[in-house]
Amino acid sequence: MAITKKDVEHAAKLARLALSQEETELYASQMAKILTHVEKLGTLDTKAVEPTSYTISPKTIFRKDEAKPSLPQDEILSNAPEKAKGCFKVTRIIE
Amino acid sequence: MELYNLTIHELHEKLKKKEASSLELTETFLKRIDAVDGKIKAFLTVTKEDAIKQAKEADKRLASGKDVTPLTGIPIAVKDIFCTKGILTTCASKILNNFVPPYDATVIKKLKDAGAVILGKNNMDEFAMGSSTENSAFFTTKNPWNVERVPGGSSGGSAASVAAGECAASIGTDTGGSIRQPASCCGVVGLKPTYGRVSRYGMIAFASSLDQAGPMTKDVTDSAIMLNAMAGCDPQDSTSIDAPVPDYTKALTKDVKGLKIGIPKEYFIQGLDKDIEKAVKEAIEILKKQGASVVDISLPHTDYAIAVYYLVATAEASSNLARFDGVKYGHRAKDAGGLMDMYCKTRDEGFGPEVKRRIMLGTYSLSAGYYDAYYKKASQVRTLIKRDFEDAFKKCDVILTPTAPTPAFKIGEKTADPLTMYLSDIFTISCNLAGIPGISIPCGFTKDNLPIGLQILGKPLDEETVLKTAYAYEQATDWHKRRAGV
Repeated sequence: MAITKKDVEHAAKLARLALSQEETELYASQMAKILTHVEKLGTLDTKAVEPTSYTISPKTIFRKDEAKPSLPQDEILSNAPEKAKGCFKVTRIIE
Repeated sequence: MELYNLTIHELHEKLKKKEASSLELTETFLKRIDAVDGKIKAFLTVTKEDAIKQAKEADKRLASGKDVTPLTGIPIAVKDIFCTKGILTTCASKILNNFVPPYDATVIKKLKDAGAVILGKNNMDEFAMGSSTENSAFFTTKNPWNVERVPGGSSGGSAASVAAGECAASIGTDTGGSIRQPASCCGVVGLKPTYGRVSRYGMIAFASSLDQAGPMTKDVTDSAIMLNAMAGCDPQDSTSIDAPVPDYTKALTKDVKGLKIGIPKEYFIQGLDKDIEKAVKEAIEILKKQGASVVDISLPHTDYAIAVYYLVATAEASSNLARFDGVKYGHRAKDAGGLMDMYCKTRDEGFGPEVKRRIMLGTYSLSAGYYDAYYKKASQVRTLIKRDFEDAFKKCDVILTPTAPTPAFKIGEKTADPLTMYLSDIFTISCNLAGIPGISIPCGFTKDNLPIGLQILGKPLDEETVLKTAYAYEQATDWHKRRAGV
């Protein structure tokens, strides 16, 4: 399975990762090797097979839709890299 | 025997008979951590003051005699993947190197409610991605049986801390073998319950359809005691199973007469270490002598499990780890140009190489044009793997296999090639894909004196038969009584 540098750069952009040149090249070769290994799945006929995402729970567990107290605002913000006026602060996104 | 080498149930007896207080036990383990953890490196954080406070509370509870559980006053450790209120929780990642959760994971809350004393947070592979703890952003944990070897992973710190007597027990998480494989490497008991048996709330997510928490203990009785406290439906986890929780210690009867043990031919393959093969075959004979019978079974899609796993787990990881963006908690890159630049730099600086590799693989396989060929295909083959087990369990009650194809490998031996590292999970991965319970228990040592693990897999929600089989074998042998000479 060939993976180009361009493929890796595209995936890195989707994944929001600023990869270095060396990382891009390393991942291209390693991902190619791993994806070659997974190619064996192609030998199985799965046309009539339903995919499995969750194995055991036959149904979603619902709970009552009740209003309950949530964590206090200052505790929620306690780990914020930057905060202002009770909000998470990020750099300006609208010019 | 030294106090720090005792099991939960032995320590509980001492507490009940007032031969020791929880404070004494806690101080014993803290001293033991001071003495050996410089060598073993099983802890990322030791919470000495909190532990002493909790021990004093436990002693009050023990003195009153009210509401005493088998875990009241017992000092345990927890993997650094569980959110602990007010205590640094890093998941062994730089991106969370300053994260102090404002709440406890449900499992932590349950263990605290039972009166357990928490000594600290165990090292692990970053975000539970790895089989050796070598992917921890901070340091590699050493195997207490041989410090040149890895303790296994990802719950390697948990396994090593139990094996080195730094705690009475620990808890880990298992996405593809991360409890059972390190248990096998360190000669302890590691149980992965049925998917949904234990709440995942507050457990930092790696692959949500596979992750499950479980106990890591010195023997099978302790495993049952811990599972009693951990299991149960949780309104905070919509995938937790709403089924009654039995008293798992009642399953420890040694009675395996008529039990049908399935032996899958696909697990006794080329590349399986000779000492391990011999030990597992001897274990089968021991259970046969106690009245169990053996059935040959086949799990025909075993060979595809690693391929399925590394597509499903990485896809789920790529979306789960999207939350680490430098906005709400954790590391944020300095001097970024704008929001997009901040995201990309934060994540590049914060994640280690293996985590990035898996995010990249997952993002790639989910991206436009590849979804059907990779993620969907893997999910379909996952159905076939699950069906293999359903068919097998029509013929047997439990399945016996080696936990890992080799004993603990040398530090540095497999870091160069990710695929070689992935292949060390070959016997543990299918269990997660099928959602069934599995345990690893000690079943001998290699010629080089490295522990060997026996894996017992069971039907969904049938932890009782798994524990019963494990207990019957354990009680007929002495492996669980050996301690690493640290």
